[in-house]
Amino acid sequence: MKTARQVGIVGYGAYVPIYRLEASEVNRVWGGVGVPVEEKSVVAPDEDTVTISVEAAKQAVKRSGIDPSEIGAVYVGTESKPYAVKPSGTIVAEAIGATPSVSTADYEFACKAGTEAMQNCIALVGSGMHRYAMAIGADTAQGRPADALEYTAACGGAAFIFAERGADTVAYLEASYSYVTDTPDFWRRSKEMYPRHGNRFTGEPAYFKHILGASKGLLEETGYNPEDFDYAVFHQPNTKFPIRVGRSLGFTMEQIDPGLLAPKIGNTYAGSTPVGLAATLDVAEPGAKIFAVSYGSGSGSDAFVFTVQEAITGKRGGPKLARFIERKKYVDYATYLRFRGQIIQ
Amino acid sequence: MRKVAVAGVGLVKVSEHWEKPIWGLFADAALQAVNDAGSDGVDSLYVGNMSGSLMQDQLNMGALMADALARPGLHAVRVEAGSASGGVAFHEAVKAVASGYSDCALVAGVEKMSDVLPEVAAKSLVMEEEQEYSAYTGVTRAGLSAMLHRLYMDLYSEPAEVGMMAVQSHENAVGCRHAQYPFRMSIERAMDSPMEADPIHMMECAGVGDGAAAVVLVPADAAGVEVAATAVATDYCSLAMRDDPLTLGAVMKAAEKAYRMADVKPGDIDLAEVHDDYTINGVLSLESLGLVDAGKAAKLVAEGGAARDGRIPTNTFGGLKARGNPLGATGVYQVAEVALQLRGSAGDHQVEGAEVGLAQNMGGMGSTCAVTILRRLAP
Repeated sequence: MKTARQVGIVGYGAYVPIYRLEASEVNRVWGGVGVPVEEKSVVAPDEDTVTISVEAAKQAVKRSGIDPSEIGAVYVGTESKPYAVKPSGTIVAEAIGATPSVSTADYEFACKAGTEAMQNCIALVGSGMHRYAMAIGADTAQGRPADALEYTAACGGAAFIFAERGADTVAYLEASYSYVTDTPDFWRRSKEMYPRHGNRFTGEPAYFKHILGASKGLLEETGYNPEDFDYAVFHQPNTKFPIRVGRSLGFTMEQIDPGLLAPKIGNTYAGSTPVGLAATLDVAEPGAKIFAVSYGSGSGSDAFVFTVQEAITGKRGGPKLARFIERKKYVDYATYLRFRGQIIQ
Repeated sequence: MRKVAVAGVGLVKVSEHWEKPIWGLFADAALQAVNDAGSDGVDSLYVGNMSGSLMQDQLNMGALMADALARPGLHAVRVEAGSASGGVAFHEAVKAVASGYSDCALVAGVEKMSDVLPEVAAKSLVMEEEQEYSAYTGVTRAGLSAMLHRLYMDLYSEPAEVGMMAVQSHENAVGCRHAQYPFRMSIERAMDSPMEADPIHMMECAGVGDGAAAVVLVPADAAGVEVAATAVATDYCSLAMRDDPLTLGAVMKAAEKAYRMADVKPGDIDLAEVHDDYTINGVLSLESLGLVDAGKAAKLVAEGGAARDGRIPTNTFGGLKARGNPLGATGVYQVAEVALQLRGSAGDHQVEGAEVGLAQNMGGMGSTCAVTILRRLAP
């Protein structure tokens, strides 16, 4: 898919909370063997999807240099809304000074909600309806104690402000592609605390099928081959899946590694591909091409090709994502449960 | 009784067939077997299936599978005997052809395990045990097998010797197109894998998989592969009721009957497909079949005696561990594999000069056992 007028990213920001739970600590309590990631990020008791979104959004506004009141849309993609009914986007829009001439909404498409928000912001700017539109992918994901998801369900997010491609955009979009089927591999019903999943069904017929479908669709549409890219970012529910899917498409570890954050922060769900993209923008040089593909259960993938522009060198001030990942405090399992509200006074 | 021959075989790769319904798996194997036999005269269908009523909520599977073949009107029935469903279905079909009731019987084993979560698959296995005496304690099939494994090691063997049963099965599976895990596995990998039920390691257990296998049975003529014997026997469901838990009574009885029917001795068997859902059960099966003396099978396997060129080539396409164990389909896979060996069409897996082969399929902890002996007829 291509837009009527070219669209780029004019500012971006990302945030990961400070606390970490080591996967070995989950094994210590539950007696598991093997770990899908080394450690995962954990929210503090006073953090949630909205505070993560605000941190990322404020950094994006600051780096963009734009007047936030000119942002015409703020969309938050998440599956951990603090409110079941009441938008997260209004709080974020208010916090960054985008209200009141703005449209906001929360998107839900499991781990693809963030890139779904990106697709819509790209469309709004590409059509000329808005000058600026902000898409956020952020989550404080839930994992049932002792479930495989408990090792990886993490928190973090990234925000991107889209604008018409110009000298001030840090990267422009060449094309995108969406690939969706009705595949119930992972879900959480209303009022349930934790998601449920189909175990190995979440692999081949879900994650791999959809990422491969979107990736091949976009490569075919653009005429690019994997070796034409400098970086490749894939949704990262664990360490193994993004590496396997990337390699099966013909990408190398050199392309995948800069955006591969799951080993150190876990799966940030709707934030996963967005933070991977943000980490890549943190290190990419002008002219670099980035291939980014999300995956959301239910199921679907959004794939994007971005080309980095000269403006990147002047627009990545402030703390980079690597700093948020490196600065950390470990919590034990009991503290983790308290922070997550899973044990109460 | 008429003599019966295996006229055609069909094998679906054991895997996770996410995109296929259970009847689709069945139809793939069944049509392969019918094409292989070169006959469309099937007049009766025997479906071996263990857990369709739990995993697919599907009863009346005979009619469903006849429907899948677009053969309404066909005599069709599902046979359930736990994990021995495939072997017992084969036995029932042999009787139909031998008696003259059927002139061309299709036997197909089918199971689709990927439709359920691991805890349901584990539940299905323990459903083979007596619910009111064993299963309600919370024990698993791995747990029951672990008790036998522990006792066997105390009396006869070292852990790595029993573990070699899995290593040998994997070695035999390399290159097998219908095997779930056609790769080599070292004894170190098996022994370093997590405990499933101490002392059984994860890599000593057959996995979870979907599969279907089929054979076509017709009255025997002068050539081909003859069903020399087929026998079914049972034992106490509970291990606690048995005089010696390391003697699988049903296996012993079915084997004795089959040897008599076929007029062969254990020493005449050129290859065996045995029920190694856990390594220890493969070891005990070799002993209870009379192919190896009691307490000696693990050592024999560890010394290479189960290899293609060993004293008793065993699980020549990988057995339950490496070819895969789609429960109710397993017994039919075994018979089909023995038939391929005796036809001389086992490719890289061929046991040279094989004339008599045995398949042994167990339900529960050996509470049901089907033993089949096939013989190559002079060309």
